[in-house]
Amino acid sequence: MYVAVKGGEKAIKNAHTLFAAKRRGNENVPGLRLDQITEQLSFAVDRVMGEGSLYDPELAAMAIRQAQGDLIEAIFLIRAYRTTLPRFGYAEPIETGKMAIERRISATFKDLPGGQVLGPTFDYSHRLINFDFDPEAAPESPPSSDEDIDLNAEVPRVSDILGKSGMIEPDHQFDEGHETGDLTRTPIDFPTDRDVRLQNLARGDEGFLLALGYSTQRGYARSHPFAGEIRFGEVELEFFAEELGFAVPIGTMEVTECQMINQFKGSAKAPPAFTRGYGLVFGQAERKAMSMALVDRSLRWKELGEEFSAPAQDQEFVLSHSDNIQATGFVEHLKLPHYVDFQAELDLIRTMRKEFDAQQNKDGDDDAPKMEAAQ
Amino acid sequence: MTAPSSPDTQAENAEVIARQRVMRVLAQAPDQQLEELYEKFADKPDWTFARKPETGLVMTRGRIGGGGAPFNLGEMTVTRAAIQLKSGEVGHAYCQGRNQRKAAIAAFFDAAWLSEAHKQSVEANIIAPLEQEQLTAKKDKLKKAAATKVDFFTMVRGDG
Repeated sequence: MYVAVKGGEKAIKNAHTLFAAKRRGNENVPGLRLDQITEQLSFAVDRVMGEGSLYDPELAAMAIRQAQGDLIEAIFLIRAYRTTLPRFGYAEPIETGKMAIERRISATFKDLPGGQVLGPTFDYSHRLINFDFDPEAAPESPPSSDEDIDLNAEVPRVSDILGKSGMIEPDHQFDEGHETGDLTRTPIDFPTDRDVRLQNLARGDEGFLLALGYSTQRGYARSHPFAGEIRFGEVELEFFAEELGFAVPIGTMEVTECQMINQFKGSAKAPPAFTRGYGLVFGQAERKAMSMALVDRSLRWKELGEEFSAPAQDQEFVLSHSDNIQATGFVEHLKLPHYVDFQAELDLIRTMRKEFDAQQNKDGDDDAPKMEAAQ
Repeated sequence: MTAPSSPDTQAENAEVIARQRVMRVLAQAPDQQLEELYEKFADKPDWTFARKPETGLVMTRGRIGGGGAPFNLGEMTVTRAAIQLKSGEVGHAYCQGRNQRKAAIAAFFDAAWLSEAHKQSVEANIIAPLEQEQLTAKKDKLKKAAATKVDFFTMVRGDG
């Protein structure tokens, strides 16, 4: 328990002023503009949008600047901001098959229809710091392919290709009448369905999901994954407007999708086939999308008749601890005054200590002659 | 709209598709550019707000596995507005982001596109050029991505 304490107003005010000055740093250095953040720190922006669960690059940049680059603090600002806005409704589900693909790779099929498009990526780089990097230099202009581009072409997902042969499970459907769960409206009730789990994972902390996904690879809920496909690009969004009676195109967003393909030796319920874990995240966030897919798969142990043995399978454990805003709130609240609590504990310890000492003295008196005798 | 359609509903569908195209182009237009196009637009008809610009949230959705049941992915900021021309047409806008001026201008052009008097001018001066730019930009991006496509050459190694 913590209690309200009075006093410290002046100290707090001065601390905030000091902090604002620290945020600005050396005033001879130009202040950060929002477009510098959205254009040059896009991965930070994408992470804040994903875990803040709000797609708005400029807003994410504002939060990152205000939070001085502390991304969890920035996510906190975004989550707080979203509570101030009314909800117009739900968009139509995005069609990742119609994505304008900037990057798409498969670790399972070399010659997949549509090709392997490496796109903009850190992969295949040497991870050496470039000491000669000139931030003002214009980069080399990226080459363009001279192939004909069909803007309406759909690129089949790897899962669809394998699905045709029945070697992989189909896309997940619910029984008729299932209403899509929304954890921003209704708190999670365990055990929960895969739609709510995916919503939770999509906004979950990247580090937490990465560690859990890693644990499944190391043998805690072994799942033999292959990166069936990872794609990144832009999708269109539509919103059904009641007053118009049709779906209105409202804009676009970038997303990363990961299809993890997992070995499945079959169970009493299902024949041997490949199963899948699914990841979908705002922006370009491959590590997060892959981790999400691994954890989505491990959480499905019961449905697939697998053995329960590891934390990554425990939906209450995973979903209750994935949210970094809840987590940071509870951990950081320990900084708030707990004076009364602590005073009570201190009194308790003193009393117990007195009793302990008294017991020791008593035992000591009893033991003394025996010890002497033993010597 | 999947039911077998009569000529009436077909005409209605075509109308909806044409309107969706206009609204898509306007929603995807850069804020500043739309502002400039509005300033330059000749003989602007009088208008009033049918719904003042309002910023809110739309919950975006994905599908499990890519094509399965929907799930909620996360929210997006959206600004909407509706504008009525003096001649009666009501234009609507739902634009991604928080720019209320942009939503108002998009609703204005939507209304003007609906009016017989201004349709041609909006189509020729606003929608068609914006659409062309957007398609070119998209194509350009895809061509750059396509230049990173891998050409595998199979190395002979027993069974390949």
